[in-house]
Amino acid sequence: MKHETHYGIYGGQYVAETLLPTLHEVEAAYDEAMSDPEFHRELNDLLKDYVGRQSPLYHAKRLSAYLGGAQIYLKREDLNHTGAHKINSALAQALLARRMGKTRLIAETGAGMHGVATATVAALFGMQCDVFMGAVDIARQAPNVERMKVLGANVISVSSGSATLKDAMNEAIRDWVATSEYTFYIIGTVAGPHPYPMMVKEFQSVIGRETREQILAKTGRLPDEVIACVGGGSNAMGMFAGFLQDESVKLTGVEAGGDGVETGRHAASINGGEVGVLHGSKSYLLQTGDGQIVEAYSVSAGLDYPGVGPEHCYLADTGRAKYEVINDSEAVAAFDLLSRMEGIIPALESSHAIAQAVKSAPGYSPDGIIVVCLSGRGDKDMDNVKSYKERAGLK
Amino acid sequence: MDRFEAVFERCRRENRKALVVYMTVGLPDADHAEELLCGLIESGADIIELGVPFSDPTADGAAIQAAGQLALAQGINLEKIFAIAGRVRARYPETPLILFSYYNVIFHYGLEAAAAAMKSCGIDGVLTVDLPLEERDEFLPVCEKYGIAFIPLLSPATGDERAEAILRGMRGFAYCITLRGVTGARESLPAELGDELRRFKRLAGDLPVAAGFGISSGKMAKDAACYADAVVVGSAAVKLVTGAVDGASGISAACKFVKELAQALRG
Repeated sequence: MKHETHYGIYGGQYVAETLLPTLHEVEAAYDEAMSDPEFHRELNDLLKDYVGRQSPLYHAKRLSAYLGGAQIYLKREDLNHTGAHKINSALAQALLARRMGKTRLIAETGAGMHGVATATVAALFGMQCDVFMGAVDIARQAPNVERMKVLGANVISVSSGSATLKDAMNEAIRDWVATSEYTFYIIGTVAGPHPYPMMVKEFQSVIGRETREQILAKTGRLPDEVIACVGGGSNAMGMFAGFLQDESVKLTGVEAGGDGVETGRHAASINGGEVGVLHGSKSYLLQTGDGQIVEAYSVSAGLDYPGVGPEHCYLADTGRAKYEVINDSEAVAAFDLLSRMEGIIPALESSHAIAQAVKSAPGYSPDGIIVVCLSGRGDKDMDNVKSYKERAGLK
Repeated sequence: MDRFEAVFERCRRENRKALVVYMTVGLPDADHAEELLCGLIESGADIIELGVPFSDPTADGAAIQAAGQLALAQGINLEKIFAIAGRVRARYPETPLILFSYYNVIFHYGLEAAAAAMKSCGIDGVLTVDLPLEERDEFLPVCEKYGIAFIPLLSPATGDERAEAILRGMRGFAYCITLRGVTGARESLPAELGDELRRFKRLAGDLPVAAGFGISSGKMAKDAACYADAVVVGSAAVKLVTGAVDGASGISAACKFVKELAQALRG
């Protein structure tokens, strides 16, 4: 099967010649797996019994009443094994790697959630695992570094460039170029060269598929709006996938505004970036006037990426999805609000989506329905929130 | 006859292989970049690859990445590189100059504007590391319009059929990566180098073949040259500049190294 490699002008395969044959190999293996009922059976069994799917769609009644508008439903990806949506795609990609006969998994990670998910599936399948992580991120995400080590993965500290997620991805690509004969690169988001954006979307689309069925079963109709946070954009693309054809459903992606887009300290590639090429695909990027990539900033390390998935760029340009910006302070306020209103501590990434729902909900009548993708749980963020509040002089 | 053809013709006449030297533009510092590049040519570099620094050089190893960061900290950008190239061109009318860049820097500058600037400052070719066959149609016609040679890249992972598609209609030379991995000096050449280069030579036909990646000594250059029309040296030369105590000694170390290589290719 020949796939479209671009989304409008975005996406593509902007990689060195050395990697192209590897990308073709991955794509062929993906096609073969997708047409094999055995692959789906094994994946679905693991998603059910190992990950704990399907994840609940929870009606947040107290929060809805407090905001006084639309009914808010939370897609509980935070309840997955390892605590976030990342496991959905890591598991499927690892199955693919095993089919291809690869014995080693590599991954890049920022906040550490994708690294933990990859280390987890590597343990599950008895594969060697090396996770590339920026030295700065290693320092600020110590608990996840320990989790990866306990799971048997080797965490490789990357100190080049800005020593954060983009540099970890650079290093993973460098490793892959030299080792692709036995190594599979599990990319954590809907970015990177084709076929990754397509493949990761497919493996995350279980979120949207379940949500659509669940909301119809619970309310008898489709939601008015679906909200998800966007760093690279994998949970958002997985959620949107269930509703792209339903034109009545408003799709809202939420980018991390950091200190505010106007300050230049943010991670809002669509709202504050320009089109360019990084890590194998064309997308909106944070870059200088000379085309050098700049470091992204957000209180949430998982949204801290200077690019964004190519399909999001396309959906933004065509208007099918809208991309809003939530700053650090709003995200942290939403983190507190959901914790106290519903007894659910959200990841700081997901708190951006909650904050957008807080803004959006009052604009609807109580018959309105908003679904928020609660992509991960907030246990990992306790120290980050505490130090943010100390810096900001908040209690 | 363009500058590439002239250089390879001259090498044939002198019964030797061509020496291609990659250098990050902006080393040892912005003010002495021209001096370094001219020194490399004086020392025997037949073709110069003007390395454009990029923040995220995923095809390069530590040496070129560190050099790029150094050059960027000096405020180097494409505009300044074109100006430096123009001055080098004025002093050396015959040496082919190639802009060696990641695509984003050129894309952000503007494809048409970049190609026009290359032409006007005397750059002969461009090598965009991350613009493979699948994506090159957005830039290749622009290069052709301005008479800039689009230098094709082949790797050991490139199959014959794919290599033929990549090479069709190309001029200048074919840059052949001799190993699976990123740039960086190695101790020895890969064992299968001869087979790979013979394959590339066969596929390239009349187009000269340059072997690159990992070459760090005169002996390695000479060995690689057995199977190719040219050898490329990058990281090893770059490291001599970045590792020197000051700019002047970096320039002289790199020039001395290039002299040795040139000598080895003649010997």
